[in-house]
Amino acid sequence: MSDFIALLALGELFPRGILPYLIGGLLIGAGTAVIYLATGIIAGASTFLESTLSYVSDVPRFNQFKYVQSRDWRIVFTVGIISGAAVYAILFQDGIWTTDVQWWRLLGGGFLVGIGTRLGKGCTSGHGVCGIGSLSQTSIVNVVTFLTIAIGTAQLVQAIGVAP
Amino acid sequence: MSEVDRSPWFMPVVYVGGLIFGFGLAISGMARPEVVLDFLQFEDFGLLFVMGGAAVVSGITFTLATRYGDRAPLTASQYTRRVKAMDRNVVIGGTIFGVGWGVSGICPGAAYASAGIGNYPILWAIAGMFLGAYVQGYWRSTRSASTTTKQVASDSSD
Repeated sequence: MSDFIALLALGELFPRGILPYLIGGLLIGAGTAVIYLATGIIAGASTFLESTLSYVSDVPRFNQFKYVQSRDWRIVFTVGIISGAAVYAILFQDGIWTTDVQWWRLLGGGFLVGIGTRLGKGCTSGHGVCGIGSLSQTSIVNVVTFLTIAIGTAQLVQAIGVAP
Repeated sequence: MSEVDRSPWFMPVVYVGGLIFGFGLAISGMARPEVVLDFLQFEDFGLLFVMGGAAVVSGITFTLATRYGDRAPLTASQYTRRVKAMDRNVVIGGTIFGVGWGVSGICPGAAYASAGIGNYPILWAIAGMFLGAYVQGYWRSTRSASTTTKQVASDSSD
């Protein structure tokens, strides 16, 4: 325990501090709250993937009523997310920022994220923020699952020497 | 909620909500895969405050609105909580998502925000997500079509 406090004091658990994380989290919650209070909609980010596919695909799953009737505002929500991040970048970032994570990790990982979030009924925002906020047992199970597996996977990838 | 019931303010409010959401994702660092990977590799635990802070705000909002609120002003929809049915897919999907998140350090909302901060390589991840969403949707649609023709009770999973 004293070691833990020593770590805290050294800031090793939070090398970038905690303030940007906390402010970011509160704003993510605030964005969700604005939409919810005004419209009653609990907006998750991953449904956009399937509802947008309904514009270009005849696959029955994408053309369910709940996707077709929500696909327009889901695009607006996503464009809002992109714009909000761009506003941050214009105000506080020195030019554009690009990742060093290799393209195949982004593509392959993204592919699995696309499958897993849609099969599992939600992602970090749907289950993680809104589901946990609703104290939904389904969401708690999902979040514990993806968090545990992601930690194991990331540490394994690091251990076999893939960086970044 | 049909489209005719929507107030003219519906889309602007959704846009502003997304704007705040995306601004928060950018400040929090989640738009950068490196920050997420640092968390998953136990090098920086700050992400706990992102998910915790966001869940607390949405939790308080949901609780107050369902308890004291009546109907949402722009749609006349009732306030509800996000409660989805538990089944096998919740765990299987969470596992596949976990592997993907651990490999790439990116999740859907953070990927959109990442595009906003100019991170054009994130288009690889977004392309991957659409591909993955398509593959699971195609597979599940063909599977449910074949079980229907066999007159097996089709599962209404979603």
